[in-house]
Amino acid sequence: MPEFPWTPGEDLLEVQRAPEAGGAASTYRAFSATLRGLRTTFARLATEKPQTYQYPEEKTPVYPRFRGRHKLHKFEDTGLEKCVGCSLCAAACPAECIRVVAAENEPGHQVSAGERYAAVYEINMSRCIFCGYCELACPFDAITMGNDYELSDYERGDLIFTKEMLLADAIEKTPLRREGE
Amino acid sequence: MGSALVFADVNFAEGAGVQILKSLIIFAVVLQIVPIILMADRKVMGRMQSRYGPNRVGPYGSMQPIADVLKLLSKEQFTPRSAVPWMMALAPMISITAAVATIAIIPFGDRGMWGGDVGLYGIDVSIGILYAFAFGALSFYGPLLGGWSSGSKYSFLGSMRAAAQLISFEVAMGLSLLGVIMSAGTLSLVGIVDQQAGMWFVVPQIVGFIVFVVAGFAETNRVPFDLPEAESELVQGYLTEYGGMRFGTYFMAEYVNIITISALVTTLFLGGWHGPGPDALGPLWVILKMFAVLFLFVWVRATMPRLRYDQLMSLGWKVLLPLATLNALVTAILVVVT
Repeated sequence: MPEFPWTPGEDLLEVQRAPEAGGAASTYRAFSATLRGLRTTFARLATEKPQTYQYPEEKTPVYPRFRGRHKLHKFEDTGLEKCVGCSLCAAACPAECIRVVAAENEPGHQVSAGERYAAVYEINMSRCIFCGYCELACPFDAITMGNDYELSDYERGDLIFTKEMLLADAIEKTPLRREGE
Repeated sequence: MGSALVFADVNFAEGAGVQILKSLIIFAVVLQIVPIILMADRKVMGRMQSRYGPNRVGPYGSMQPIADVLKLLSKEQFTPRSAVPWMMALAPMISITAAVATIAIIPFGDRGMWGGDVGLYGIDVSIGILYAFAFGALSFYGPLLGGWSSGSKYSFLGSMRAAAQLISFEVAMGLSLLGVIMSAGTLSLVGIVDQQAGMWFVVPQIVGFIVFVVAGFAETNRVPFDLPEAESELVQGYLTEYGGMRFGTYFMAEYVNIITISALVTTLFLGGWHGPGPDALGPLWVILKMFAVLFLFVWVRATMPRLRYDQLMSLGWKVLLPLATLNALVTAILVVVT
């Protein structure tokens, strides 16, 4: 901290500048820098393997917490859906891309563990911003963000994911990165 | 040669039939280097940047040049409203003609190397290097006319740069060869290669060699001297308004120019067909040396950033030109003394 009274220029550091351009020394520097650059590129050619992921065959691995396509979950033991159709996810969604229509569970037609279930559960993937608020809002951990990122399609209508699609696993599993990779 | 049809002195030429056959073979073989160097350019540069380069079309991507050409052939050759259509169509043709013409005088082997009284070159003209420079100068008209007739600001700027750059480096290039010409005592490329039997000119003429190679990079508009087409500032320079096979022709001319320059470097400095092994291997040596120089082109392209315009000019006029002049002077003195 400069003390007061402050004299301007007192706290200036000496600035390191590149050598003046021009002249024999500059030419020599430029020449040696050129040779060093050539050595660098040749070393890449000779020693280093390409770092490319060959994409369609070899997918880029993602971290476990990567927010990709959503998943709806069922209880493993009973096979009932976790979602009770409370629409909290739809309320939390900033892009308003979730649509839930709830219906009562009837005896003999038990779909979810609670009183009600989601008769319609749709996520419009073309509007979703993958913020993960739906996952946070859900009181039953019924919806989570998965790891799949290959969501492109030919029709916009096909990007509206229905409950069946969200309950099913992805067709191809996305590779995960190991911790610390 | 008593015929009135001879415009210049020709040291040695066969009958017309052999000439035609020879030229067909030479162009068929040399033009095959274009896709190879195109591919090598992208593959080697990819490896230097730790990536694969094209590897989708055919085994290891080897069909990529064919795919590119087929794509270009199927594209529209668009002409802007402000363009001069006939000139725009003519410019790439000038470019490719001038580029290809120089290959005619590149010697791949001496007379009778593969038996018979046949020289393994298109023609041995006594003005050799001047012929190469004449067509080198003519090839300026390609970018110049193409950029101007496109009627676009970017094209025009690109062609202005091309003209200025090519003219300034042509001077240094010509002067850098004076040393070789004086040492060899002939302008004929075959004669110059003959003179290198004992020692390649790259050793005594190392300064001339460096100047020639650097100027050669500038002549062919390669990185680091690719200012005429500088895509980050001029879109694509004189190529901006070109599409389809007209663009392809320019592109091919650029690569033929690179091959020509590497062949000239091989001939003038790297001893042409001289190398170990029997005489018949001469053409192989020429091709191998050419590929070594071509590799240098790719290597530098992967390494160097583009020069600023004033840096380019000061390199041409303040560094290369004095060096080449000094080289010519010293060589002249040495030639007179010894």
